[in-house]
Amino acid sequence: MTDTTLPTNAAGNATRALVRKSLARRHRDEMLFRWAGILSIAAALGFVAILFGMILAKGMPSFWQSTLHVEAYFDPELIEGGPRPERQAGASEADYQKAISDWQRAVTLSNWNAIVDKAVRTAAPDFEIETRDLLKLVTSAARFQIRDLYFANPDLLGQTVPVTMLGSANTDNWLKGTIDRNQPDERQQLAVSTRQLADQLVANGAIRFDFAWHIFTNVDSRSAPASAGLAGAFMGSLYMMLIVIVLAVPIGVASAVYLEEFAPKNRWTDLIEVNINNLAAVPSIVFGLLGAAVFINYLGLPRSAPLVGGLVLTLMTLPTIIIATRSSLRAVAPSLRQAALGLGASHNQTVFHHVLPQTFPGILTATIIGVAQALGETAPLLLIGMSAFIANIPANPLDSATALPVQIYLWQGNENRNFFEARTSAAIIVLLGLMLLLNAIAIFLRTRLERRA
Amino acid sequence: MNALVVAALLLVLLTLSYQIGWSRSRKLAQGGTETRLHSRPIYHGVLVALFATLPAIVVLGLWALFSDSVAHNFILSQLPASVSQLPPVEVHAAVGRVQAIANGFGVIGQPSPEETAAAGSFASFQRLSFLAVIAAAAALGAGGLFWARRRIGLRLRARTEVEIAIRIALIACSTVAILTTIGIVLSLLADAIRFFTFISPIDFFFGTTWNPRFQSAGTGSAGAYGLLPLLWGTVMISIIAMVVAVPIGLMSAIYLSQYAHERVRNVVKPIIEILAGIPTIVYGFFALVTVGPFFAAAGDAVGLDINATSALTAGVVMGIMIIPFISSLSDDIIAQVPRAMRDGSMGLGATKSETIRKVLLPAALPGVVGAVLLAVSRAIGETMIVVLAAGNSPVLRANPAEPTSTVTVSIVNQLTGDADFTSPQSLVAFALGLTLFVMTLLLNVMALYIVRKFREQYE
Repeated sequence: MTDTTLPTNAAGNATRALVRKSLARRHRDEMLFRWAGILSIAAALGFVAILFGMILAKGMPSFWQSTLHVEAYFDPELIEGGPRPERQAGASEADYQKAISDWQRAVTLSNWNAIVDKAVRTAAPDFEIETRDLLKLVTSAARFQIRDLYFANPDLLGQTVPVTMLGSANTDNWLKGTIDRNQPDERQQLAVSTRQLADQLVANGAIRFDFAWHIFTNVDSRSAPASAGLAGAFMGSLYMMLIVIVLAVPIGVASAVYLEEFAPKNRWTDLIEVNINNLAAVPSIVFGLLGAAVFINYLGLPRSAPLVGGLVLTLMTLPTIIIATRSSLRAVAPSLRQAALGLGASHNQTVFHHVLPQTFPGILTATIIGVAQALGETAPLLLIGMSAFIANIPANPLDSATALPVQIYLWQGNENRNFFEARTSAAIIVLLGLMLLLNAIAIFLRTRLERRA
Repeated sequence: MNALVVAALLLVLLTLSYQIGWSRSRKLAQGGTETRLHSRPIYHGVLVALFATLPAIVVLGLWALFSDSVAHNFILSQLPASVSQLPPVEVHAAVGRVQAIANGFGVIGQPSPEETAAAGSFASFQRLSFLAVIAAAAALGAGGLFWARRRIGLRLRARTEVEIAIRIALIACSTVAILTTIGIVLSLLADAIRFFTFISPIDFFFGTTWNPRFQSAGTGSAGAYGLLPLLWGTVMISIIAMVVAVPIGLMSAIYLSQYAHERVRNVVKPIIEILAGIPTIVYGFFALVTVGPFFAAAGDAVGLDINATSALTAGVVMGIMIIPFISSLSDDIIAQVPRAMRDGSMGLGATKSETIRKVLLPAALPGVVGAVLLAVSRAIGETMIVVLAAGNSPVLRANPAEPTSTVTVSIVNQLTGDADFTSPQSLVAFALGLTLFVMTLLLNVMALYIVRKFREQYE
């Protein structure tokens, strides 16, 4: 059975020669094919690297923002409105609230810009600059910030306290060089004196690059882009994710259990099956149309509300959870069911006491994947009005709100491109960080659950 | 505050009724000579709890739904008749003032005597109706509790009844998916048909200009709603995406499953799958900020005029997004080709790449085609990348380096403003949505059919 089977005649020799001759070409093809594979993988990995590299490079500097550390004097000659009104005996709550808001209005009308101006000048006493140009240095929210300090504590009148104020978006651009510092004056956003003052304040330590906590604690702002933050969008996303978890998980798991364990195999359940598979592949924007037509137009729920967003995302996430739960139910060993039934457990008892607990890791993974998907979804939310500008943190799921991905969409369209390109990347870092956290929790819990099972 | 009280009462009712059912059946089981209950005490407890709490929950739910409108109408009936003749906003304000007086917050200045009177009667009405509803819920709960408790006996099939209730709940949950589909189809159809009363379907499906004028811009003319420019943009971007994604996705799946070392595979595969988890808005931003300017600069360098936002930019980035989708689906499909086929080919002296190209791939072809169709349906429905990177210029032109627009972009543009659901400008979004839905549905059904046939072939 060795050499004897090989053809030894002339034709055989010719074949062998042919094979040998083509061998070099075939090996070259093999090499090429292999390299094509390696190149494809390199391309895919390269895309991941470029994507993350770009986001990190653009976004990380945005977390450290130019901040002024100065002393503010609450000048009694500038601040109007008198003392804070006390509650009069016999006055209704409405009257008291009105008195307070009248006082606040009067206080707001004081010249807070002058107080900001003086505060900044304490850091650079000898610098000659017009007030108009100086105020461009700090964010326009600074005067409200100092006013709010006074609202909270009217005893500050006549005192000098250290305050921190954010530099304006343009100051930040100048100091970080986001706009080329060598550009001629007419292409710079700030006056020459303002830029010189900014440089001097950095040199004498009054402007420092502090970690920008306000990205997490402030809401979006149009008038003061430097102090815009993600808190409102974060709460909106949080409400929506809670609604998704509370609704999609029980409904999804229950449908999966019914379809996999109880439903008779007939036309009707076939239809549900096909239907769920298709629903999983329906474009997300179609769910947005459904939300706009049914929840907002027909049922009259409020626009821009996280409740509506949560419901739309729930419907979108359901197929993911149903399909994943079904496949983990299918993976449970049949012997487990047979043993339970054999010992006299009812069908329900078998499923709920023995089969379902086996699938907890699978359900958990599916839930997290579904929630992460919902967290990053933008298009359907645009259609139900969540792209409106909202300057409050939503107090409940019926308040107007926006969501993290929608905030990214809004910020990338802001006119102050030089500042918001970095800010958008920072928001993306926060969003991706949240998703990473979700996935890490999923992996951690799954390994723990699987070890116990 | 009231809601908390009600929830606490419900919780008390729940535990109490469960406890009563449980202990009653326990006592039965221990007392007499025939001590075998049909069901375990836990089921008796659950059954009693169900009978006690469900009617109460229904009553409270109805109250929560209707109490606001009832309160509104009651206050209106207490105020002078002239109030209800006012415009709706003022009626609302008047009712709000009365409510504010009634709950003790008060109003600014002196309330009028009618308002004070109305507030007084509203406050007592509110107290009374709250008590009445609580009493009704409590009575129903107690009634259900006693009735269910009396039913407890050795013969009562409590477990069967509880299981029927669970079964009903499960069926209700599984109809949600069906209702969603019905809701999508009905809402899209209804509004699309309303759109077609403004614009004839022929003008919509075969028109070559897309120019929906907003009402504020022009008077009379509704604008042109030709679908073809959008459809062409969608198709062009999808083709570009597939040209990027299919070779890279397929080749990396082949390399990872056939050539790569186990350890390489375990590292590289999850990294590529990261691409699938990134939100599409991030891809859109990436396209807008990095890829678009890169293409424009590259075009300048070789003397081509490439727009930063163009079909090319959107298509390439969408292709990157779809790579992991193609690669994991093809991975599954190639793994399903029987090992014997591969071994046979290798045994006959074929090289590895010849085996893959001439045996594995032809065998896996239907499955791969199905995967590509699924990917196409994803590309068609993708929104955020094209909104940001395609340039939003709905003009029919063949050059991929020019800006373009797609069906999804137009849906977002037409419905993001303050839509009123009566003008063709916003209703067209539903006609577009219907087109999109039907297209993706056909692709999916076809793809699932092909993939299923492929699986059956090798099972």
